Amino acid sequence: MTIIPAIKKDYITKIAEQGKRIDGRTFDQYRTIEIETKVVNKAEGSARVKIGNTQVLVGIKMDLGEPFPDTPDCGVLSTAAEFVPLASPDFESGPPRENAIELARVVDRGVRESEVVDIKKLVITAGEKVWIVFIDIHILDYDGNLFDAASLGALAALSTTKIPVIRFMESGALEKKDLEAWYNRTSIEEIKEFYSSPGIDELIASKNRGSLKDIPLPMIEPPISCTAIKINDYVMFDASLDEELIADARLTVATDHKGDLRAMQKGLSGSFSKEEIQKVIKGALVNGQEIRKLLYEKTGK
Amino acid sequence: MKSDIKLINSEGKRLDGRGPEDLRKIKIESGVLHRADGSCYLEWGGNKVLVAVYGPREAVPRHCQNPLRAIVQARYNMAAFSVEDRKRPGPDRRSVEISKVISEALERVILTEQFPRATVDVNIEVLDAEAGTRCAGLTAAGVALVDAGIPMRDIPVACAAGKINGQVVLDLGKEEDNLGEADLPVAISPRTGEVLLLQMDGHLTAEEFNKAFDLAVKGCHIVSDLQKTAIMHKYQSVVAAEVQE
Repeated sequence: MTIIPAIKKDYITKIAEQGKRIDGRTFDQYRTIEIETKVVNKAEGSARVKIGNTQVLVGIKMDLGEPFPDTPDCGVLSTAAEFVPLASPDFESGPPRENAIELARVVDRGVRESEVVDIKKLVITAGEKVWIVFIDIHILDYDGNLFDAASLGALAALSTTKIPVIRFMESGALEKKDLEAWYNRTSIEEIKEFYSSPGIDELIASKNRGSLKDIPLPMIEPPISCTAIKINDYVMFDASLDEELIADARLTVATDHKGDLRAMQKGLSGSFSKEEIQKVIKGALVNGQEIRKLLYEKTGK
Repeated sequence: MKSDIKLINSEGKRLDGRGPEDLRKIKIESGVLHRADGSCYLEWGGNKVLVAVYGPREAVPRHCQNPLRAIVQARYNMAAFSVEDRKRPGPDRRSVEISKVISEALERVILTEQFPRATVDVNIEVLDAEAGTRCAGLTAAGVALVDAGIPMRDIPVACAAGKINGQVVLDLGKEEDNLGEADLPVAISPRTGEVLLLQMDGHLTAEEFNKAFDLAVKGCHIVSDLQKTAIMHKYQSVVAAEVQE
């Protein structure tokens, strides 16, 4: 616990009684959100998301590998978060601590359980060869509300991800017969277009990519995560760092385009009443719609 | 077969169209992060590097404090998605070595004797990698240290030269680094010409080394000007904003 927030707590709670926040926002209001995609050339998909001063970079890498034995007909998703010491004077290097693991797991759940990425369509041969999607979250600047920034970053990065078919064909890891098997399982037209394009073998061999294009990652409607915190009896969305450091409790709610709930996570040692939870859900729906609109606009959907 | 690839054509043009003594495109922006005491974002060809400086602050654990001066802890880290095949997160032997040589290079220019028992932490994150990340990282670190207001003798700067198809050239690109004959990253203190970092791998004759070294130093001076422009630009915009108020 740093000393400054303890002093600020008085101030934050005092103006909260008048319905105000330290940066002039209303309780339900988000800071300005910026999304920029395709920021890393080496990654299959990437996005930088800013919420106020908080800044997160998410990169997607893909590989071919074996599926998990209990889900032979699903591709593999793997999410990791790094709290690199660049982002805050309090972050230390070393293996991920519990905060980083919680963040990665919450983002992972948002992506996995809501089936944003259609992992059934990432199977080339069941039980043998599937695509593995690595979602790596890099925190660049920490000024509160990493949960929403990281989830939004992951969604934006996934939406712009292209499966690196050409690269894996060049290296020989992926063959034409694999593409046929993949198409037969999934009926993704782009795959057929890819392997039946004239002179494909020569193009791959000559490293001349010509008109060949990698295949977009199969995606469905993403749910949007919105996080609120509670200080004394006040519930506010998108906490800045000062607010977050003195928060009693935190609740993340992910809602989909139909207005249904897709994932939740309560954090910190404080508690919520049922009414407060409903308030958070309501705010998450309203803010979620706005953020979804922005996401579509920035990812061209 | 690979050695057959012509990295430089008969007109002296390289794969990306550069001449032998041309640098890749460089963009430097200082003061880009909110939490850090000083920061810098740098693009160098296909490299994208972000550096944050924290300190001087108390060094912990205490046994690593130096009672006479500050320690400098640079940490070079590559993002998992910054390379062709995903890199496992966390330090590997390569990044530990690069962190060490960069720390030592920076220690020489920082006035460490002014801050006994303290540490200056320099976090270098490689977000997108394409040959020459250590030079990019060190150059960005120099700007971030200035942005953090750390007293220094000079602004350190780095640039590499190398040898491709038997010819000495400046600032190796991706294929040149993979297929070329030698790579020579050099960091200097541009005011005095002191060498702060020097590494080489490959094969050079003594004569070629001299040529490559001089070329790398020449590159350093060009990049040094870009560093200073970036720093000036930030503070000019701060002044302009204050005048408007």
